[in-house]
Amino acid sequence: MGRPVLIEKIGIPGIRDFAVYRAHGGYSLAEKTLKKMTPAEVNREVTKSGLRGRGGAGFPTGLKWSFLDRKTDKPKYLVCNADESEPGTFKDRYLMEHLPHLLIEGLIISSFALGVKTCYIYVRGEFKYIIGILKKAVDEAYQQKFLGENILGTSFSLDIFLHPGGGAYICGEETAMLESLEGKKGNPRIKPPFPAYKGLYDCPTVVNNVETLAAVVPIIGMGGDAYAKIGIGKSTGTKLISACGNINKPGVYEIELGLPVEDFIFSEEYCGGIKNGKRLKAVIPGGSSVPVLPAGLILRTLKGEQRLMTYESLEEGGFDSGTMLGSGGFIVYDEDACMVRNTWNFTRFYRHESCGQCSPCREGTAWMEPVLRRIEQGEGKYSDIDLLVNIADKIEGNTICPFGDAAAWPVSSAIRHFRHEFEFHIEHPEIVKNPDHGSLIQYPVSSIQYR
Amino acid sequence: MKITIDNISIEVSEGTTILEAARKIGGKIVPPAMCWYSKLKNTGGKCRTCLVKVAQSSSKDPRPIPKLVASCSTPVQDGMVVQNITSQEVLDARKAIVEFLLINHPLDCPVCDQAGECDLQDLSFLHGVVETRSDEERREFPVIDIGDKIKLNMNRCILCYRCVFIADQITSKRVHGVLYRGDAAEISTYIQNVIDNDFSGNMIDVCPVGALTDRTFRFKSRVWFLNPMDAHRECSHCPGKVTAWMFGNEIYRITGRKDEFGELEEFICNECRFEKKELTDWFIERPKKIKRESVISANHYEKLIKSSIIHPIEGTTEQQE
Repeated sequence: MGRPVLIEKIGIPGIRDFAVYRAHGGYSLAEKTLKKMTPAEVNREVTKSGLRGRGGAGFPTGLKWSFLDRKTDKPKYLVCNADESEPGTFKDRYLMEHLPHLLIEGLIISSFALGVKTCYIYVRGEFKYIIGILKKAVDEAYQQKFLGENILGTSFSLDIFLHPGGGAYICGEETAMLESLEGKKGNPRIKPPFPAYKGLYDCPTVVNNVETLAAVVPIIGMGGDAYAKIGIGKSTGTKLISACGNINKPGVYEIELGLPVEDFIFSEEYCGGIKNGKRLKAVIPGGSSVPVLPAGLILRTLKGEQRLMTYESLEEGGFDSGTMLGSGGFIVYDEDACMVRNTWNFTRFYRHESCGQCSPCREGTAWMEPVLRRIEQGEGKYSDIDLLVNIADKIEGNTICPFGDAAAWPVSSAIRHFRHEFEFHIEHPEIVKNPDHGSLIQYPVSSIQYR
Repeated sequence: MKITIDNISIEVSEGTTILEAARKIGGKIVPPAMCWYSKLKNTGGKCRTCLVKVAQSSSKDPRPIPKLVASCSTPVQDGMVVQNITSQEVLDARKAIVEFLLINHPLDCPVCDQAGECDLQDLSFLHGVVETRSDEERREFPVIDIGDKIKLNMNRCILCYRCVFIADQITSKRVHGVLYRGDAAEISTYIQNVIDNDFSGNMIDVCPVGALTDRTFRFKSRVWFLNPMDAHRECSHCPGKVTAWMFGNEIYRITGRKDEFGELEEFICNECRFEKKELTDWFIERPKKIKRESVISANHYEKLIKSSIIHPIEGTTEQQE
């Protein structure tokens, strides 16, 4: 469906190199922006495009940029969030690995729009080879005078610094990232003040995801209005979806928002259906933090409408029967997957990655994990299920940063939709002691509609 | 700026937080605070016991804030309407926070020097439940000495970060901090460093629990057997105004003077705190009245009537003890 907008150049051999990227029209939009546009015009195009933050929250980018305190005489910063650590999400890595210059071009245009002279790319610590690729690209851009003082003879100057993280998931939270950039421990800050007023080194700062900043390039290329025509309603443009799990063709796909979820999973163009002819059981559409949905609910909403890949459609039905688009980490489970094991695995991750600052998250994640482990190993009690729901409920909304919500939602949604699997684990300890017990779990026929 | 907390209105200046406004009103509507400390900058927001419900953000924007907010770090807006003890949601959340704080707490109050003046003990008495729902093993850390005067029992710590901020703000050099993350986070010094400076003893006073205790007073007496007396002396380092905790004519320990919220009025030096324990060192002024509602002011928990602090919400039955 449709021509790729963001990653259209990705198939060109050697596109990582500056010369090839430039020869295929790269940096021409940065040149056009710097020479022919004003920052206000760029802002207007981005606002018109309806671009929403691609890191997970889906906050309108134009609006976020408008919050930046522009009257200040302090320096302003743009921080590119490349700390992609969400289990199931690997779209930014793909983008940076293949099109590093697209990101740099996006940073130049965005910095120009925001009046920023210093820009940081905070790269996840585990992405060591990505840092090498980005470093080479930044060096090339400096050599070709697209970065540094007076870019292309204009009065605009920009420096980009690469900053490898230490490999902590929490540093993907914007204020924790700023703390980490300042050389401190990556603990999220208490908001307010928001980064748009007091961010990096107490100066106004904008933090955006890699994909968001890269998407600014096609927006300038085609114009905000044309970009807004792609997609449905408030979900405009295209989105990178990293599909993984029990599907035939895992990988990163650029989709136009508004594609039916069913088409995405089963069409040959994208995931290519479920592996080994199995049936679809559940999908987590936006990375491990968003609620899991069973097959029946991910394909159609409770009202019977077709579920689309948009922010609104996936949220249809709230948390009772909906989920979120999140960061686009699309995880598909077939009928043999054990949802208890999966939930335990996620909770183990969240326990390990909690920063430990605020009590509900620190103690709650560390409490849920052993309870889930006991259930998974066939040593659980019936009361544990309600206990888990209650702990998740008490963490949610009571923490400093969204990490608490992210840790609570997978647990509460798994129990909401797959309670019978948790009960099965408690009733049949002898079966679940088998490590491959996923296919042995018996469900009430009516509980899940497979496809 | 006008703010209404639990139907009581007060005028406050701009930049005041909800908790500060509530403390101005005083009484039962003050949210408990385990990590925020009015005399230390940047504290707060961590323990989440002071969560309140904002029913109206401001007179300009009458919408409620969907999530509960930490009253210690949320500035007041003009016309804000806040619910603390009149909101069942807030009381439920607070109960959950107390449960979270206690699941790894050793509950060794019978042998803890802080018992009787412990914020966590008061908090769990007022908002906690008697039974635990956790079957898990509690987290354990070895008990260590940090310096020759202070004992660190990390098992009791609730990671309020107050001792970190105080070392940053009133001493010249901080040698301890929070290591690791998540439930493995702990207060510790950098490779067997000892905390050694003239004001380190204040860490003991700002600690809301028994994680940092005075080694010179360790296991000497229960605090409620001692008579707190206001005392002072000429000191070259600090104002020298302290509370001397006495039994007969003997001074058992010296602490800073604390106000009704359990916060120090002034920081005192280590010489006053640890070394001057003779009656002749001090001018004893008068018996200290402990304003704070706690076991040391009531002498017995039975005298602290729970329902006087938590209003039963209309239509609901009284909280179970």
